[in-house]
Amino acid sequence: MGEILLVTIQVDMHDRLATALQDDLANRISVTRARGVLIDISALDVVDSFIARMFGDIAQMARVLDAETVLVGMQPSVAITLVEMGVAMTGVRTALNVEKGMALLRARMDEERADDDAPAE
Amino acid sequence: MATMKTRIAEVLERNEAEILSDWMKEQATALTQRPDLMKESELRQQSTRFLKLFREAIAAGNNLIDIQQPIWEPVREFIGEVSRSRAIQGFSPSETATFVLSLKQPLFTRLRKIHEGQPDYLFEDLWNVTVLLDKLGLYSVEVFQKTREDVIGRQQKEMFELSTPVVELWQGILGLPIIGTLDSKRSQLVMETLLQRLAETQSEVAVIDITGVPVMDTVTAQHLLKTVTATRLMGADCIISGIRPQIAQTIVHLGVNLGDVTTKASMAGALAVAFKRMGLAVGPARRQSGETA
Repeated sequence: MGEILLVTIQVDMHDRLATALQDDLANRISVTRARGVLIDISALDVVDSFIARMFGDIAQMARVLDAETVLVGMQPSVAITLVEMGVAMTGVRTALNVEKGMALLRARMDEERADDDAPAE
Repeated sequence: MATMKTRIAEVLERNEAEILSDWMKEQATALTQRPDLMKESELRQQSTRFLKLFREAIAAGNNLIDIQQPIWEPVREFIGEVSRSRAIQGFSPSETATFVLSLKQPLFTRLRKIHEGQPDYLFEDLWNVTVLLDKLGLYSVEVFQKTREDVIGRQQKEMFELSTPVVELWQGILGLPIIGTLDSKRSQLVMETLLQRLAETQSEVAVIDITGVPVMDTVTAQHLLKTVTATRLMGADCIISGIRPQIAQTIVHLGVNLGDVTTKASMAGALAVAFKRMGLAVGPARRQSGETA
């Protein structure tokens, strides 16, 4: 979707799938030169600490490749579980749904473009 | 045992009417009588029925003082019924127990009459009747207490449900006024309801108002922080408002780090921040040109 990659997770994540996703995503970001990654986890009912850490890793990795990651549509039960586990996921941005996540990414890109344009003038 | 059983049953059977009237008198003179709560006719009805069941149980049973036996089932059931209704009507525990215990005197008087000159028998019977009636009295108090506890439990549950209303202040802004102490059970509920409503309404900002929270300790602060973190994970933002001066002091004294949580003194302030975040503005309404003329 333009400069944004959209990842929708539909099945229960298990560890191997998570690492596969991580690899795949890194490749896709560099191939497509995406500026934003949107991960939709609204279908995910269970998240363990490994998966949570993986999301953090993906966000960091994407940042290295100059892309912003937004996690969208987290279920209330998942949020509670993560908080109880003490996982705050500070490095990851979140949004309520895909639309809002997209808006967030767009706003950030516009900002960057404005920054880029500014010194040239 | 058998002889004693028949003796008491006989006394009860022969003098039922007399015992009943004495018992009624006894209950009427007792300080625990509550004419304001219960009519005399109703009391008489209850007394008659209890006496009948009591007599039947004694006549049929072979172990007089074990009220757990199935033979005492009707009596226990009846006492349970009476105690429950009295608990709801507003009687005190002793008033309820007196219903059973006041049967002692009329019964003892009769026993004394037929055992004149036989102190051994008299003592044996009195002792057994005392033990029996005491047990029944205690049982009635137990039922009474249980009924009260049920009422308290139900009220607690109702209060619990009422205590976490999530209101929509504006489209996309949820308000959560918390009133009363935040313990872990309640804050769990607060968190769950808030997140649930966030997901339902897709609201971007939540305002937690703690004006009604009387005291703040580290645990409460911890719970609040957890709620804020969870709303952030969901992709929404959380503002805490209504922090009173004392609570602000406590937070600083306790060394609780509220971190980058937005806090506002009043709900109005929080609402203004929420509007700003959502790109909304509230200004004075412009008057129509027709009105000013």
